[in-house]
Amino acid sequence: MTVLCLVELDGDGAADASLRALTFARDLAGGADLAAVLFGAAAEVPAQALAEYGVTSAYVTGPGRLAGYAPLAWARVLAGLAEQTGASAVLAAGTDHGHEVMAHLGALTGHPVAANCVSAAPAGDGDWRLVRQRWAGLLLEDAVLSAPVALLTVATDTVPPQPAASPASLAVHVHEPDLAEEDLAVGATETAGQAGGASLATARVVVGGGRGVGGPDGFAALEELAALLGGVVGVSRVVTSEGWRPHSQQVGQTGTKITPELYLACGISGAIQHIAGCASAKHIIAVNKDPGAPILAHAEYAVIGDLHQVIPALVAAIRDRGGGAAR
Amino acid sequence: MEILVCVKRVPMVGGTIVVTADGQDVDTKMSGFAMSPHEECAVEEAIRLTERLGGRVSVLTLGPPAAAEQLRDALALGAGRAVLLATDGREWGPIATTAAIVAEARRQADAGQGYDLLLLGNEAADTGDYQVGVRVAHALGWPVVTGIKGIETDGGTVRARREYRGREELFEFALPAVITVKEGINLPRYPSLPGRLRAKRAVIEEHEPQWQPEGLRKQGLRVPEGERKRANVLGTGPDAVPALVGVLAELGVLP
Ligand SMILES: Cc1cc2nc3c(=O)[nH]c(=O)nc-3n(C[C@H](O)[C@H](O)[C@H](O)COP(=O)(O)OP(=O)(O)OC[C@H]3O[C@@H](n4cnc5c(N)ncnc54)[C@H](O)[C@@H]3O)c2cc1C
Ligand SMILES: Nc1ncnc2c1ncn2[C@@H]1O[C@H](COP(=O)(O)O)[C@@H](O)[C@H]1O
Repeated sequence: MTVLCLVELDGDGAADASLRALTFARDLAGGADLAAVLFGAAAEVPAQALAEYGVTSAYVTGPGRLAGYAPLAWARVLAGLAEQTGASAVLAAGTDHGHEVMAHLGALTGHPVAANCVSAAPAGDGDWRLVRQRWAGLLLEDAVLSAPVALLTVATDTVPPQPAASPASLAVHVHEPDLAEEDLAVGATETAGQAGGASLATARVVVGGGRGVGGPDGFAALEELAALLGGVVGVSRVVTSEGWRPHSQQVGQTGTKITPELYLACGISGAIQHIAGCASAKHIIAVNKDPGAPILAHAEYAVIGDLHQVIPALVAAIRDRGGGAAR
Repeated sequence: MEILVCVKRVPMVGGTIVVTADGQDVDTKMSGFAMSPHEECAVEEAIRLTERLGGRVSVLTLGPPAAAEQLRDALALGAGRAVLLATDGREWGPIATTAAIVAEARRQADAGQGYDLLLLGNEAADTGDYQVGVRVAHALGWPVVTGIKGIETDGGTVRARREYRGREELFEFALPAVITVKEGINLPRYPSLPGRLRAKRAVIEEHEPQWQPEGLRKQGLRVPEGERKRANVLGTGPDAVPALVGVLAELGVLP
């Protein structure tokens, strides 16, 4: 028995989400072989990290015919390797690429795909018992999966990345798949994008604005505060659907998931789809004129009042304190 | 250009999400319903494409008869035709949903009015299976890309864009094709009054596809355990600012 896991490369190593998926896959393998499947040059294989995570075999498909990301071709490679190794399960991180490739693999094999799993274990008779996220993690589904090969994606925000108790000895195989022209028909041409959305996802401080900001002009004060705190502005869906701010600034289920040290949510009610995007903030402070707003059940601190008075006063107080120069 | 948009009716839950007593569904006693946000954008994108290139937008939903409400919402925005694949309210998995959508595409093709483009959401807001669009494309033998944030087409070929890990990915392929989109691809319009009136009167085509069981079977739903906090109220209005500055200093986020 083997468990296969797609490992995405990010910069010069394995993507964080893939390390989490490997941790999950290793638990699922329960001592059986854990194989990683990668796309790139053999020299790019992060061999040390894979060994630390307990991977015994790595199959790398080189940039010969498969220069860039081609979801159907990647799925075809996974299908071939699953057959070759007699895999009982194939996993990928629940990223955009992971979901897309696994959906193709599901369609190629006709097997079900369970997206965004947070746990899984064999349940006898070839079945698997698993827990997966719905509603972007706001709900959990307990499910049973019956399939010749379990196809799973792993939620990116739940299982922490954890190296194995002792490193495995890793064999790297250069894999040369048989690919048809059709498999390569849809492939990505990549260009360096603007870093806009990325900084929201990784910002240390996010100053959030919702309907309470009242219109596009109201954001000047929030921008000023965010700049003072070395952070960025994030917004609710009401703000983007009103056209006050671009969607790239939206926090939530259908926007960006943020992980800042501080999220200061101003004029945001705290609908669960918004919370789905900010629940990983270390500290949440709410500024809201309604003491009964749901956001108060997710915040550590709150100021009750009109943000149009509180935020300018806060900006002034921070400036007074040291002109933004000290420390 | 003949475009089919697949939209799903989902509960519009607000401050909390509650599961029914039998643990099988989201409690919708207190909520309305809406189409998933990605799909709202898919409808808008389809209307913009036909406004530029001509043709017609059809919308489809698989759901209980009440899901006709979401079809009428799409008709009010400018869709020209609506198809309800009526269910008995039971949950359909992605494989059965795919079969029902594919059957509709084939019906239209057989009638000589085949679709050039199918638009879906990247994932349904409720079940979040991330796969129906890709499965539909495989069944039809069409190219597919997911999570798209920009579409350019002349009716023959498509250039579709999205962002991944801070880089832009561009895909080029020929129609017919399936594209799944994400919110943010456009800013959906509001329905006009004449649109609303037209939608009210429109006839909705109806079919009853056959439900089928799948290998992934739901046992139950639950709300994940998380500590519910009670915010420590620092004060009211600008008077609370000194206390707020104190907290920010403690958290180490002040300059
Ligand atoms: C499937 C689905 C996905 C969704 N995805 C997202 C998502 O990704 N992100 C998202 O944000 N939403 C999302 N939503 C929408 C979500 O349900 C809410 O509608 C939205 O988050 C509400 O935005 P809001 O808090 O700005 O507005 P409101 O709910 O209207 O709240 C405004 C708040 O501002 C306060 N306020 C008003 N004036 C002032 C003032 N002067 N000073 C201080 N406080 C004031 C009010 O007391 C209130 O609490 C989604 C919905 C669905 C159905
Ligand atoms: N019941 C349904 N009716 C119409 N379209 C659906 C239905 N279920 C899923 N879809 C479409 O398929 C997309 C992906 O859904 P999923 O793979 O279930 O996450 C959704 O965004 C919809 O566009």
